[in-house]
Amino acid sequence: MTVRGRLAARGIDGVTLLVLPAVALLVLLFVYPFLYGLFLSFRPKDGSLLGNYARFFGDPFFRDTVWVTMRLALPVTLLNLLLALPIALRVRHLRRQRLLITVLVLPITLGTVLVSEGMLNYFGPQGWFSRTLMLLGLIGAPVKLVQSYTGVFLSLLITGFPFTFLLTLSYVTGIDPALEQAGATLGAGPSRRFRHVLLPLLLPGLAITFCLSFVQAYSVLPSAVLVGDPSRTTRVISIAAYQAAFEEYDYAMASTVALIMGATQLAVVGMALGLRGLLYRGPAGGAKG
Amino acid sequence: MQIRHRFVDRLWATALWTLVGFFVVNLLALIATVVVSSFGTRWLRSWLPADWTLRWYAAAWSEFQLGDVLLTTFQVVLAVVVLSAVFGVPAAYALARRDFPGKRLAMLLLLLPMLVPPVTYGIPLATVLYQSGLGGSMAGVILANLVPSIPFVVLVMIPFIEQIDPRVEAAARVFGAGTGRLFLHVLLPLLAPGVMAALLLVLVRTIAMFELTFLTAGPTSQTLVVALYYAVFASGVRAVQSIDAMAVIYMSVTLVWLLIALRFVNPTQLVGRSKRSG
Repeated sequence: MTVRGRLAARGIDGVTLLVLPAVALLVLLFVYPFLYGLFLSFRPKDGSLLGNYARFFGDPFFRDTVWVTMRLALPVTLLNLLLALPIALRVRHLRRQRLLITVLVLPITLGTVLVSEGMLNYFGPQGWFSRTLMLLGLIGAPVKLVQSYTGVFLSLLITGFPFTFLLTLSYVTGIDPALEQAGATLGAGPSRRFRHVLLPLLLPGLAITFCLSFVQAYSVLPSAVLVGDPSRTTRVISIAAYQAAFEEYDYAMASTVALIMGATQLAVVGMALGLRGLLYRGPAGGAKG
Repeated sequence: MQIRHRFVDRLWATALWTLVGFFVVNLLALIATVVVSSFGTRWLRSWLPADWTLRWYAAAWSEFQLGDVLLTTFQVVLAVVVLSAVFGVPAAYALARRDFPGKRLAMLLLLLPMLVPPVTYGIPLATVLYQSGLGGSMAGVILANLVPSIPFVVLVMIPFIEQIDPRVEAAARVFGAGTGRLFLHVLLPLLAPGVMAALLLVLVRTIAMFELTFLTAGPTSQTLVVALYYAVFASGVRAVQSIDAMAVIYMSVTLVWLLIALRFVNPTQLVGRSKRSG
């Protein structure tokens, strides 16, 4: 057997080589910078090995950003998930889903910068939101919703909810309706069908949805600056990383912050996926089990 | 019992639809505020502006050098789209058709940039780009935007290629087609719809990609969304309305492509997960 033939038997031939350019480019632009950032983080300005990490965890100005980011990202993600699930369960029966989905894709495509700009107008003291509430007599004076924790929370709700919802919907529609019908035939009411049929099938997907939504919320940057209170209550970790890089020009510190950001969010994702490992993960399609 | 069930169900459904309605109304009103403000003369303490005008668009165009910014945006987006097709489609083809040692590792490498948020790898990447002299240049911005785009193309294309019957290619070989002709006359026409869908999605996502462009762009390589960020960030320097006019221009650019994309793709694919069958 020739070398060529032997390689082909293992699946390596001309076609396989097509994967190389993409892999090489990603190694260069993704893996290498990551490793370089890791290397750089151990070479702080003061020369010690762990100086940057000591600075991060010693200085409340840096350390607290982890807590500030968690305090924003976790509640928003859970709220988005809690809203998305019942709504997705309703919407799957809807025949004209496409219009609703298209409307919900808008904030995702427009992005947080535009949503923030809109929020400054809309939720501002003279915006339509306050005006309507005052017209209805619900509030006496205009409410201040931007330039605060609430502002960032709302922005994460506006861009995050559609994201969470669309992911949830794709999992919900993946469940064969026959499974629920079987439950109904056996006499289970809606709440029992939800608890014993739908929820166990959905939980693994919901865990993934939680992870992806959380990662989005955790890396919030533009809205934390534009509609938040970026020096105090919404000084999220990505702001700290940005300032270290582009205001102090301390790339070693910036890489340290970015790596800690990655590690902390991976810790949460890891926990969610660990819990997911305990769940049932069988076929939900029904047709070919 | 049955009646009570139905009543609770109705109540629950009404509550949920009210919630959805509330969200959608606020979302549309939020977008409408930007549009209304951009056409208004003065808008203080009233429901609508005092009068209507188009001058903020002229103001925004010259103040923010929107001509240059738009040109940069289109150049960046075009380059990202073309390059992610050139790198992504062949890789997707190899991954869909062959089983080789290291395939799982290659898949992991392609999945990671989509799972890690841009800020996390954007900062080390920007560091590397600035040290190699590419930071702040248009080439740097394009390279940075390729990191999430290539994996996106690969992941959208793999299921698409898998559903093309390999026997079609085998038949072409039997009839004597060389690799070039096979590619040109068999694969290209079969792949075209999938490639177009993937590239439209990349296009929409790249126009709106803020973080990576923000971290790697310099004054001359800003795309529209980054320029908008700086304008909002420094609001108070310029009239709110001209920032809103710029926001409307950004919105129209994005929405035109979104509408084109939606003719060919399922909206849920925009969030990165195509509906898998089975």
